Amino acid sequence: MGSYVPTTKEERRQMLDFIGLASMDDLYAAVPASMKIDHVNLPDGKSELEVRGMMEEIAGKNRVFPTIFRGAGAYDHYIPSIVKSVVSKETFLTAYTPYQAEISQGILQSIFEFQTMICELTGMDAANASVYDGASAAAEAAAMCRERRRTKTLVSAAAHPMVIRTVQTYCEASGTEVVLVPVKDGKTDSEALVSLLDDSCACFYLQQPNYYGLIEDAAALGELVHQKGAKYMMGINPIAAALLKTPAECGADVAVGEGQPLGMPLSFGGPYLGFMACTQAMMRRLPGRIVGETADTDGERAFVLTLQAREQHIRREKASSNICSNQALCAMTASVYLAAMGARGLREAASQCCSKAHYAAAALKRAGFPLRYQGDFFHEFVTDSPVDAETVLKKLEAYGILGGLPIEGGILWCVTEKNTRAQIDRLAELLKEVSGK
Amino acid sequence: MMNNPSELLYTRSHEWVRFLTETTAQVGLTDYAQHSLGDLVFVNLPQEGDEVTQGESFADVESVKAVSDVYSPVTGTVKAINEVLLDAPETINKDPYGAWLVEVENITDREELLSADDYAVHCEKED
Amino acid sequence: MNLLFETSREGHGCSILPPCDVPVTSLPETELRRKELRLPQLAEVDISRHYSALERRAHGVNNGFYPLGSCTMKYNPKINDEMAALPGFAGIHPLQPAHTVQGCLEVLATAEQYLCEITGMDAMTFQPAAGAHGELTGLLLIKAYHQSRGDTGRTKIIVPDAAHGTNPASAAMAGFTVVNVPSNDKGCVDLEKLRAAVGPDTAGLMLTNPNTVGIFDEAILEITKIVHDAGGLNYYDGANLNAVMGVVRPGDMGFDVIHLNLHKTFSTPHGGGGPGSGPVGCKQLLADFLPLYYAKKAGDGYAFVQPAQSVGSVKAFYGNFLVVVRALAYLFTLGGDGVREAAQNAVLNANYLREKLKDTYEVAFDGICMHEFVLTLEKLKKEQDVSALDVAKTLLDHGIHPPTMYFPLIVHEALMVEPTETESRETLDAAAEIFRSVYEQALRDPQSLHDAPTTAPVRRPDEVAAARNPRLRYQF
Repeated sequence: MGSYVPTTKEERRQMLDFIGLASMDDLYAAVPASMKIDHVNLPDGKSELEVRGMMEEIAGKNRVFPTIFRGAGAYDHYIPSIVKSVVSKETFLTAYTPYQAEISQGILQSIFEFQTMICELTGMDAANASVYDGASAAAEAAAMCRERRRTKTLVSAAAHPMVIRTVQTYCEASGTEVVLVPVKDGKTDSEALVSLLDDSCACFYLQQPNYYGLIEDAAALGELVHQKGAKYMMGINPIAAALLKTPAECGADVAVGEGQPLGMPLSFGGPYLGFMACTQAMMRRLPGRIVGETADTDGERAFVLTLQAREQHIRREKASSNICSNQALCAMTASVYLAAMGARGLREAASQCCSKAHYAAAALKRAGFPLRYQGDFFHEFVTDSPVDAETVLKKLEAYGILGGLPIEGGILWCVTEKNTRAQIDRLAELLKEVSGK
Repeated sequence: MMNNPSELLYTRSHEWVRFLTETTAQVGLTDYAQHSLGDLVFVNLPQEGDEVTQGESFADVESVKAVSDVYSPVTGTVKAINEVLLDAPETINKDPYGAWLVEVENITDREELLSADDYAVHCEKED
Repeated sequence: MNLLFETSREGHGCSILPPCDVPVTSLPETELRRKELRLPQLAEVDISRHYSALERRAHGVNNGFYPLGSCTMKYNPKINDEMAALPGFAGIHPLQPAHTVQGCLEVLATAEQYLCEITGMDAMTFQPAAGAHGELTGLLLIKAYHQSRGDTGRTKIIVPDAAHGTNPASAAMAGFTVVNVPSNDKGCVDLEKLRAAVGPDTAGLMLTNPNTVGIFDEAILEITKIVHDAGGLNYYDGANLNAVMGVVRPGDMGFDVIHLNLHKTFSTPHGGGGPGSGPVGCKQLLADFLPLYYAKKAGDGYAFVQPAQSVGSVKAFYGNFLVVVRALAYLFTLGGDGVREAAQNAVLNANYLREKLKDTYEVAFDGICMHEFVLTLEKLKKEQDVSALDVAKTLLDHGIHPPTMYFPLIVHEALMVEPTETESRETLDAAAEIFRSVYEQALRDPQSLHDAPTTAPVRRPDEVAAARNPRLRYQF
């Protein structure tokens, strides 16, 4: 059996002696005998070599696609080598939350740098140290915006379905209402938004680019929301943020998003990274951990967890959120990614995503898969499918390609900087074979 | 020993009240309160025109280690808030009886308030 | 040391991407950001050195003894990280067709089977990303259960005053009213107060056992029965499972729903504050309410199913999957006996260290403890004006991560010590020596403890200034 307990049997006996007990069982004298079990009904432990074999065998039952044209909330971007190297550093991996600031400056500073980068991406004034993922970030944002008399949350139906469901689950938990703003031609219906906005609305959530890949008129929607006195939340793609109007420029009060594209592998959905940023006015409502700059008793620059008095460990049932563990290592991953790419590199990645997606859209149209919606898009788009989507995807799968996601009778495609022209051309050829065009 | 001005009235939850007229009063936090809260870092005040209700929280004050609710000793309407405190919450630590939080008008109700002497006895019991 | 932004130099950078091999498409000017994007410009060597310097200014389990109570800072085995990095796990898109992710589903289903066996539960979701997230999820199951029975008057969750702060916060988030019940003088649930607190409005009780003072509540069967008899359900906060896994199961204690902290009990690294994983296990009566989706054996393989009356989703996809992979590798390594051995030695180490310290420090609660124990420094505070904080800060100068400070709230000047099973006797002996010398230093030279730490990267930071005028980002 494998074990990470360093003491020998003899040492344990001596330790028991020292405590004045005869056996390990005596340690559990307080546990009623009727409840105790004498063994766990599980296979025997294994050596490291055996465990490696078992895990590799399980991993081997998954199919790793060399070519991916699927996004829908999880994006296949190139991850620079420096990213993995930095976040594998033992101390970063094995440290706990930086409660003891004096010996945690490394972690605290990395979070401070992360917060700065998120502020730069979003244009907002303040950011927190991360939350679980983009969906829970949206849910936490809605909680930030709620006020005594304004409790209803409006969510664009063009947001990611899992984000919508998460916001609904959180809001229902707290007994507040969520109303979906319908979609028209692939985008949020602004007239419907106006008709739904009333004095009971706390906020409206818009995803940019939206689930269908389209770029929404975010500034105009924001104006409508503010006219009715509600708060404006935007969920953004952080790669697209290198190009698109910032949430701040669109008038957002809170900006959130899924940070996975910033250096995190696909990982079957997690760990990912929820980022949250807001205006100065809402800073003290930001949930979770936040790092601030201050000075130590010698006047040297030092970083600390700050604005924690409203958090659960102090305020208990009056806390604004219960979050404590976040995704700190993923936040560091994003920082290293952004440092390695730089503004130039990030813009280049974004531009290539956009260019290759448009190149692919044109090629797919020629192959009989026309765009379903008009309008500008970033790196995702929906096409109609001339034949059953499952048939299309099976065919692609046979050639090692993970095709787009079947949605609403069509297919949602994603193209990133990783996809080469040759891959896109090959995709179009295969689709042509399927459609017979 | 705390010095509680005798012209003010006090609550058991450590607020003070200064009546300017029959129906208008300023409300603040006592020296005892600021002392036990420690260095204040933020004050969350209501807006002008908000209704406050006797015995209910109308504001909160934040130190590094805690957020504490401030309870209204009276029922009425917020006439003014002390905006100085928004930028300089430490004023409450330095001058608790000068640093009023809100001025309430149209007061229709008030809880049973203590005199300075009675309040001093109450604080001693809490220690 | 410098921030990334201060080291940045115009024109520096890394060479990552090839030139674009398709015609460039630009978005309309009106869609584009106006604000300049200011990210650092650094060569790879500068990034590498920056983070190496940051690593030297941090402290992890690899650096030394880390007896942070309630956090179970056990050693994080390296094989687990390597397994999580396998392309067959890390390179899998979450929306791949089921037949191409059979390995991932097997990870979830096998981890579920192992952990249900250990906890005495019937089903488990891995969607929650952390313990607090699990609490919210578990409470939603309780809420859905009562509502499904038309039992809508159950609006209150009972929480002992010694509970983790997340318990009442989670209950409030789940829309419940929190009823605090005081602990008795042993730090355990006061049965009379509990009886008085339950009623037709009781939705459930949240409890951790062993409790937050490191004592196994002997009356646990009676406690869970009182709640059940009143029509409520029992929620087990798994933060302290490391003391009892393989010895006694929450399911046998009368709990209906639990969360685990894989980043505590099951050895996955904390990552400086996350990612964690907070799976929620439940008895069959709650299984229909589990979040979307749920991996289940189907024929020869596995499939995702949607529980009939699911509470919804608490995040996207299926949880912090790679953390579950690590925990599964750990479970394979330990096996049934290893799990029990880990718990026993965690308790042994805690009692050994407690025995070594008890003549110097005042232990808050007498008797054999579980995996952790609480010291109270009230006397030192009164007589020498040396606080738990001062002692903690002094320990930093000795290379020890301090115990948890000022928790639980029911003990004054508390230090909560949890050595875990992965420390050797030599490490515990050395730590006990340091704890003792710090105490003597407090008697001899209290001022030196107020001045500590002196050898850490920085001295004590001014927290008041940080909170009064928050500076949360670098100003260019």
